[in-house]
Amino acid sequence: MGIEQKAGEMGVITTTLEQVVNWGRTNSMWPMLFGLACCAIEMMAAQASSYDMSRFGMELNRASPRQSDLMIVAGRVSRKMAPVVRHLYDQMPDPKWVIAMGDCASCGGVYNNYAILQGVDEVVPVDVYVAGCPPRPEGLIHGVITLHDKVRHEKLKTWG
Amino acid sequence: MSDIVAFRDVKVEELKHLLSPRALTGETMLLNMGPQHPSTHGVLRLLLELDGEIVVNCIPDIGFLHTGVEKNMESKLFQQAEVMVDRLDYLNPLGNNLTYCLAVEKLVGLDVPERAQTLRVLLSELTRINSHLVWIGTSGLDLAAMSVFLYAMREREMILDIFEMISGQRMMTTYIRPGGVWRDVPAEFEPAVREFIRIFPARLKEYESMLTNNALFLERTQGIGVISKEDCIRYSLTGPVLRGSGMAYDLRKARPYSGYEQYNFDVPTETAGDVYARYLVRVEEMRQSLRIVEQALDKMPTGPIRSNNRKFIPPPRSELGVSMEALIHHFKLWTEGYPAPKEGVYAATESPRGELGVYLEGDGGPKPYRVHLRTPSFISLQAMPLLTKGHFVADVVGIIGSIDIVLGDADR
Repeated sequence: MGIEQKAGEMGVITTTLEQVVNWGRTNSMWPMLFGLACCAIEMMAAQASSYDMSRFGMELNRASPRQSDLMIVAGRVSRKMAPVVRHLYDQMPDPKWVIAMGDCASCGGVYNNYAILQGVDEVVPVDVYVAGCPPRPEGLIHGVITLHDKVRHEKLKTWG
Repeated sequence: MSDIVAFRDVKVEELKHLLSPRALTGETMLLNMGPQHPSTHGVLRLLLELDGEIVVNCIPDIGFLHTGVEKNMESKLFQQAEVMVDRLDYLNPLGNNLTYCLAVEKLVGLDVPERAQTLRVLLSELTRINSHLVWIGTSGLDLAAMSVFLYAMREREMILDIFEMISGQRMMTTYIRPGGVWRDVPAEFEPAVREFIRIFPARLKEYESMLTNNALFLERTQGIGVISKEDCIRYSLTGPVLRGSGMAYDLRKARPYSGYEQYNFDVPTETAGDVYARYLVRVEEMRQSLRIVEQALDKMPTGPIRSNNRKFIPPPRSELGVSMEALIHHFKLWTEGYPAPKEGVYAATESPRGELGVYLEGDGGPKPYRVHLRTPSFISLQAMPLLTKGHFVADVVGIIGSIDIVLGDADR
């Protein structure tokens, strides 16, 4: 059923570098342990018992940006927090991805005012937007799977 | 990007009014904790002045989650402004709704039917359990007790399922509305709550078996972050912090609202005033909340769930097709809103973190002239320098956990 049958007696499989690297990147994506507001509680719920995001190889939250390759911006980003978010993003090693979780991180949500950034894409490039206020844990997991799909189709020449 | 202020190097001299003189000579070290830190429960930044590993001074820097809620509410109708308070203290959304609704009802003089009152009490107690579950899980994580978190989140899902059943949303329900609640609960509500009441006491024992007598947990919590009753009063701390220091002050008893005087429950207190005492108080509070939930469910009266005052409450959908007046009321309420008198009111409830107050001022129009929120996390944070002084850096995370701050609540 697994890789040993495909490999046969020779113990060799043929694939492309692109595929095998993307496969590796998808299945060991480490998110940064970084919550901002309400969405962070749903992010915690997604990682806890009922939803268990470790099924997708994401159980390891790294508190240090140096060790993580996925930033989940969970919650509203205020103008005071924006430089910090950018700083954290800059500290992450390449390749790195960003999920904007929830309406506030995507577009400002219900807060159209002086204090809140109208979407975190003003400061960092976003790969996947997850809608909802806050999104259900299933919503976040769907966003993560969407990102996995995107990473799986990345081309060799576009690798950063 | 242009209007975002970049980082700036801060010299020690600029901070000298906050630090001890030893910092200027380089004898003590300044350490920056947060805003991105796994144990600050959000985006809190603490500037720690350290002598070796001992905290000499702790300066909380807040505002990283400043949302402009108060200002935003001034530009919305009284009905619309309610969604803002949901997202204020995001572990206590129904309690925030309740406080806001109490203030609006006080301002415009609106009655609330008995069934709605009972539902409000029941739901705000479920919210309290929900909030304490997140607290027990995350502060367990801070003190390296990982499994409590997984257990607590399991029970939390049961409560969230109940919220979703009644309102369609897991967290930001906006279910409690001025003059009552949004709509009546479905038939599955009662069995779901009964099931929770049946299961939860045993689960609570499970958490306690993991923490209460755990030697490591005791080592990390007993005698840490001690605050006396007098200091609590000086800093106007409320909620479990005050009760953990030996004062049985609970707004549900002291100034009952929504019919809390009809329920039998105790106000748990401890005298030690340390992190462990606050832990014991919160665990006991969950047990007492469960008692209130059970009593509320037993006595749940039948009848309307919203006030029948058509000047403030939109008429039922069924009347719109047959009654001209109902149609006019509906149209007026959702386009213009209702005017509030020119006066200020203050309504307060006992949130899981302490006294949550809403001050509303009307100016004769349909929007609040001024909204001020008295949020317990903001007040509790002021005590951080006092609580952390003389403790190890490792204990700072335990102390932050024990005052149970929510940064959305503190920064507003």
